[in-house]
Amino acid sequence: MNINLTLIAEMIVFIAFVWFCKKFVWAPIINALHERKTQIADGLAAAERGQHEHELAEKRAIEALKEAKEQASEIIAKAEKRASDIVDESKTDARSEGDRLLTAAKAEIDQEVQRAKETLRADLGAIVISGAEKILEREVDASAHDDMIKKLAAQI
Amino acid sequence: MAGDTLTSTAYIKHHLQNLTYGQHPDGSWGLAHTAAEAKEMGFWAIHVDTMFWSILLGVIFLYFFSKAARKATAGIPSGLQNFVEWIVEFIDSSVRGSFSSKNDLVAPLALTVFVWVFLMNFMDLIPVDFIPAAFERFIAPVFGIDPHAAFMKVVPSTDPNATFGMAISIFLLTIFYSLKIKGAGGFAAELTLMPFQSSNKVVQGILIPINFLLEFVSLIAKPISLSLRLFGNMYAGEMIFILIAIMFNAGLALGIFGGFLHLGWAIFHILIVTLQAFIFMTLTIVYMEMAHSHH
Repeated sequence: MNINLTLIAEMIVFIAFVWFCKKFVWAPIINALHERKTQIADGLAAAERGQHEHELAEKRAIEALKEAKEQASEIIAKAEKRASDIVDESKTDARSEGDRLLTAAKAEIDQEVQRAKETLRADLGAIVISGAEKILEREVDASAHDDMIKKLAAQI
Repeated sequence: MAGDTLTSTAYIKHHLQNLTYGQHPDGSWGLAHTAAEAKEMGFWAIHVDTMFWSILLGVIFLYFFSKAARKATAGIPSGLQNFVEWIVEFIDSSVRGSFSSKNDLVAPLALTVFVWVFLMNFMDLIPVDFIPAAFERFIAPVFGIDPHAAFMKVVPSTDPNATFGMAISIFLLTIFYSLKIKGAGGFAAELTLMPFQSSNKVVQGILIPINFLLEFVSLIAKPISLSLRLFGNMYAGEMIFILIAIMFNAGLALGIFGGFLHLGWAIFHILIVTLQAFIFMTLTIVYMEMAHSHH
């Protein structure tokens, strides 16, 4: 219970403990705590940033999808238009081709008729002459009456 | 028990005597065999038990805390680090709450005060005879100490030397920071120009000694109240444990009753142990804050 040298010894011990605590206990622990605090803050900020980016990406994705859909429908519309154009074109082509074929066929028919007429005319001359020969029962000079036969044949 | 032939008074006195090493009046150095001898040694004597236990507890505290601090990482903390961080954060928030200036010394000071005082108080919860009896039986013969002189006070905070030692160190720190922050003039003005003030110079001059008297008393009262509060609480607690321990020698019925009393007081004392450590720490922070703040 007496106040004695213990007082001063305790003061020295206390000051030594405080010094040691400040240097080897408090500083490293509080540094670690601060470091962790900044790490957590950074982590949270990064997470928030990530979420924000995710939202942006989602928005972008929706936009891209919308654009793609628009493009697709445009392409489909174009394709449909093109298809109907092709159908129309081919219809026109087919019609003109048909007309052309028809005209060609008609021309050929005309030619055939003409040719048949020519042949007929030529054959008719010979038939007329041979008929006339039989009628006259004598030889007719074909060359002498050639003009006349030709006139007859032209009348057919 | 310290011996069957002991009376209650002798038992109590034995428990309240520190193991004192100093110079006897005849000039030889050694341990005091009685309280009277310890008194005769005067100032140049040292309480071996107080020094031993306070240094041991301080070293235990600093060993575990610095061990945790060495391995402290910003990653996931493990057991010991977690525990240490819990206390450090508690101290840190207490310091932030009461201390507004910037001083890197205050927080470690508060941590040391809190944990050290807590551990010293905590020794009070070890049954009063365990360590003294063990010391008397096993340790004292090794050092050739007379069993009757084998005093052992286990709780350093029941020795006013320990509590005054801390309180005076803190007091000197507050004086140092007062002078450093406010300057000698500022500190003197704080002691003489408050709390009574007057715009009249003459009246102000008369008020200076009155102010000084008031402020000086309150300044000196700080370390005294700080140390005596802790000492008084711990001393009284120790005394009650000793009184209860006397009952163990007074028959079976009283012994059992004493056992229940001991348990009850010990549970209640856990609160006092923690509370006194906390109060000592908080007042340390408050005194440091007062040293740093301008009026």
